Amino acid sequence: MATLELSIDEDVSVSPIRRTRRLGPLFWAAIGWMIFVFAAAALASLLPLPSPTDMDMLERRAPASVLHWLGTDGLGRDELARLIYGAQISLTVGLCAPIIGITIGGALGMLAGYFRGRFETLVVGSMDVLLAFPPLILVLAIIAFLGQSILNLTCILGVLGIPAFMRVARAATLTLARREFVIAAQALGATHARILLRELLPNVFLPLFAFFLLGVAVTIVVEGALSFLGLGVPPPISSWGSMIGEGRESLEVAPRLAFMPAIAMFLTVLSFNLVGDTLRALTDPRQGAL
Amino acid sequence: MTESALLSVEDVSVDLPTPRGNLRAVDRVDLKIGAGRTLGIVGESGCGKTMLSRAILQLLPKKASLSGRVMFDGQDLVRLDPERLRKLRGRSLAVVFQDPMTSLNPVLTIGTQLVETLQEHLELDGNVAKRRSVELLAAVGIPAPEQRLTQYPHQLSGGMRQRVAIAIALSCEPKLLIADEPTTALDVTIQAQILDLLAREQRRRHMAMILITHDLGVVAGRTDEVAVMYAGRVVERAPTAALFKKMRMPYTEALLAAIPKIDAAPHTRLPAISGRPPDPTRPIQGCSFSPRCRYAAGQCYREKPLLAAAESLDHQYACFHPIEITADVDA
Repeated sequence: MATLELSIDEDVSVSPIRRTRRLGPLFWAAIGWMIFVFAAAALASLLPLPSPTDMDMLERRAPASVLHWLGTDGLGRDELARLIYGAQISLTVGLCAPIIGITIGGALGMLAGYFRGRFETLVVGSMDVLLAFPPLILVLAIIAFLGQSILNLTCILGVLGIPAFMRVARAATLTLARREFVIAAQALGATHARILLRELLPNVFLPLFAFFLLGVAVTIVVEGALSFLGLGVPPPISSWGSMIGEGRESLEVAPRLAFMPAIAMFLTVLSFNLVGDTLRALTDPRQGAL
Repeated sequence: MTESALLSVEDVSVDLPTPRGNLRAVDRVDLKIGAGRTLGIVGESGCGKTMLSRAILQLLPKKASLSGRVMFDGQDLVRLDPERLRKLRGRSLAVVFQDPMTSLNPVLTIGTQLVETLQEHLELDGNVAKRRSVELLAAVGIPAPEQRLTQYPHQLSGGMRQRVAIAIALSCEPKLLIADEPTTALDVTIQAQILDLLAREQRRRHMAMILITHDLGVVAGRTDEVAVMYAGRVVERAPTAALFKKMRMPYTEALLAAIPKIDAAPHTRLPAISGRPPDPTRPIQGCSFSPRCRYAAGQCYREKPLLAAAESLDHQYACFHPIEITADVDA
């Protein structure tokens, strides 16, 4: 009898699991961390923080205290303030660059996937050229030519992201454009613009947005790497990458100076990846009934 | 054909370039359909039915080339400029596709898809279009139509989706509806409902309909005329009653014999048509059905029979050895 009851219990609990499985606690933790970082970055000027650029040579590498919650860096600047203002830069670059990528790359990819033909060849060919060019050398050359600024950095990272977005958008459009609802729309007399914007864009947008979140994560890391190399934001502005770079000098004395921005970056990138992966899984055709 | 034709397909051929050579999907087809009439096009997979319907709509794949004329309402669709053709589609010409799973946009609600079609073509304002949508959904037999407007296609069953697709096709009161295998993807129980719905709406709106199917049983009670296609050609054409009373083309007979019969003994082997349709990239000498035809004789392998009228002007077939007996086949 006991086994019979047990099997009934299992049956009952099986069906609701499928719904809750989709968004686990990890997903919500990631969302929570993202909200926290965004809020801190957005409200940085309103928070009672010391200036991130004011140096105090008597308090170099000071440990955590009431005045400096996370201590000070090698030049006596408040570490917490630099972390939060650094989040501003990292997130601005990390979001704006993929927005450039998703807009231009997404549009090119959809047009290429929908119209095919010579236009597609041209777009795919030029993207291949862009992909084949070593990105670091391209960034070096352009920064040297245009100068070091947040705007330049964002634009370069954005342009470098276009090929990937183009490929995702084109692949999604290619499979969708062959579906009958597109032919049905044509048979109903829809214009190309209408088919692209009303029929295809809503379908392409979800996979593209999931990829966008991964793009944000990658861009934050790349910005960090470039700042670490001294190609990112110009000092004394802080970004997480440049903070890690500066912390490297005092790695033996105060390893926390390099590790704290690294941990902040790690958690943020992980959050974006987690959310992006969850969204991608949600839009997976094998799961979502179409 | 006494009345003037709404649609006349004149000597239409469709060629598709393939890696193995030129594929003639539709081979010199002539068809006519009058306003308010129903034409059934029957044939097995790959015989050019769908390509013919796409040719009528001018929705062929880009690489395909079309010759001949498609006269609709006094205009040649083949030579019509794209903008006017676009306006004609949806307004005067509409299609219902085979698979309702893919013919509706998965990420837009039923309401959005219907309302936008109405707004686009009839230039109705939002509220009027919404009211029309509810009426249309009710007309195609969807219960609680107002609630359906906010639902997505995946929330509806296959039959319901096909009803929605029909509602969208009917939304602008087309003069001609092309139903391309509208019931093939559906359950048998739903098939009859959908076909009855199409027939009812057709009569009510006095629109012409082309019903494309591989099932002779589907066209039997629901069409005025039937054209049987094989390997891209029309091989027999007759008013429906005449065709079923006295079919002349062996292919038609074979198609009919392949339908399971309800009064047959259990486990009866169905008489399948042996072999496969000919490779359309290679032109064959003689009648294209001859390799599979049980009546084929010498002449059939040498000459191509032409579609010609025999005892009555209405009944045409392309065969040298037409069946003489009345079609009561139990091979």
